[in-house]
Amino acid sequence: MNSFAEQFPVVFSALNTGFLQTLKLFVVTLVGAIPLGLIISFGSMSRFKPLSAAVKTVVWVVRGSPLMIQLLIIYYFPGLVFNNPVWGGGENGRFIAACVAFIVNYACYFSEIYRGGIQDVPVGQQEAGIVLGMSRSQIFFKVTLLQMIKRIVPPMSNEIITLVKDTSLARIIALQEIIWAGQAFLKGSQGISGQIWPLFFTAVYYLAFSGILTLLFSAVEKKLSYFKV
Amino acid sequence: MSETILQVSGLSKSFADNKVLKDISLSLEEGSVMSIIGSSGSGKTTLLRCITGLETADRGTITVAGERVFDSERTQKLTREQKRHYQLLTGLVFQNFNLFPQYSVLKNVTLAKELLLKEQIKQGKAQKDELEEVEKQAKELISSVGLADKLASYPCELSGGQQQRVAIARALILSPKVLCFDEPTSALDPEITGEVLNVISSLASEGRTMLIVTHEMGFAKEVSDTVLFMDSGVIAEEGTPKEVFENPKSERLKSFLNSTLKV
Ligand SMILES: Nc1ncnc2c1ncn2[C@@H]1O[C@H](COP(=O)(O)OP(=O)(O)O)[C@@H](O)[C@H]1O
Ligand SMILES: [Mg+2]
Repeated sequence: MNSFAEQFPVVFSALNTGFLQTLKLFVVTLVGAIPLGLIISFGSMSRFKPLSAAVKTVVWVVRGSPLMIQLLIIYYFPGLVFNNPVWGGGENGRFIAACVAFIVNYACYFSEIYRGGIQDVPVGQQEAGIVLGMSRSQIFFKVTLLQMIKRIVPPMSNEIITLVKDTSLARIIALQEIIWAGQAFLKGSQGISGQIWPLFFTAVYYLAFSGILTLLFSAVEKKLSYFKV
Repeated sequence: MSETILQVSGLSKSFADNKVLKDISLSLEEGSVMSIIGSSGSGKTTLLRCITGLETADRGTITVAGERVFDSERTQKLTREQKRHYQLLTGLVFQNFNLFPQYSVLKNVTLAKELLLKEQIKQGKAQKDELEEVEKQAKELISSVGLADKLASYPCELSGGQQQRVAIARALILSPKVLCFDEPTSALDPEITGEVLNVISSLASEGRTMLIVTHEMGFAKEVSDTVLFMDSGVIAEEGTPKEVFENPKSERLKSFLNSTLKV
């Protein structure tokens, strides 16, 4: 298989398969990290000092160290130290380990964004709710939440677009995501070897995907532009 | 013979070592208007915040419409129901309005009442058709503050004076026994304070019971039945507007009045 026309369909289908794995990691990370981040942000704002200190330390460690190292530690540590490779072998085990690392890492980043968003809502909003006889939960859901969402959409969209690209880090534990799929044609796979263009071509996927997300987020921002906070 | 609607007795409040309210007592009769004047930092805002439940005093009692809403000696915890009931006896209009930015003028006014009614309907204490009344009532209130044409506007589309008038309507819909104002015109440009003060004056002539912290001396003189002068956490002087403004007894009040005349 020497001509580009011959190679392309083979590469395209392999990259699609890899991208599906990338997409799965992306979606599972968001589904896990968005709520977990809220729990972490409540923890870091807790008035119970030992809890908030512990949570803040964890957030500092996670945000202060490379995600790649966290991936390696989460994937290999249980097997090496406890002689108990909890993730199981194979692609499925690698995927679960990658999800755990990404969810924890992104939840910590999200928690800081949430914390800023919650604390930036003026205290007067809550006080207005109180003097109008609203309950704490009514104040949170009916008054504070949407203002908080409006404030966090821009930083969250940055973070989520970073996640699109960060998924490629899962390559370090050999998760078969799109970079892994592209790289395979360098070493040799399905009769194609020594080809670097498939690896370059993966960028098109990332660009298209982050482009769609950018459009989506600006639509959300526009939807929330009818009021000012 | 009017009945006392607000009674504050022996109220004290400190922030750390800072004694902000020192043994404050006052009483307000139903349908009357009391203004509180005093220099910045004298404790006026803290007093209003204690009365409206935003701040917890260290000592003293507060009684509204015969109900002991605050008692520093009280040992048992209030139930959620009681807290809400006491909360709704007073209303507060803030210096910087604090309207809910994501809601229209109409929704700002109806929101709290609707949430309250929905709860009461669930508990069987109110009827479904009362919910429909809320919007009608809100529209009337919004018209009465002169904003009938702004029902669908959002707070960011309104001037400060308009926002404050919405905030007044929002407080009124819950029919508080005592409506408190904390410098309602201080955040406004001087040329639009009038529209807010006119609304408050007309509430006074309707017989609303109000407690107003203000720097507008002319307005206080005109609208009040009694004027309190606060100084360093105590009520330094109290009387009719005539007594306080035309016949100040203490040097502190004299110099305060002089300083406000100059600005
Ligand atoms: N939440 C607070 N924490 C600490 N000190 C406060 C707080 N609120 C008010 N104070 C202090 O209480 C004093 C009275 O403030 P305030 O009631 O706002 O006075 P005024 O409304 O008459 O200007 C000031 O010295 C102020 O710094
Ligand atoms: Mg004040």
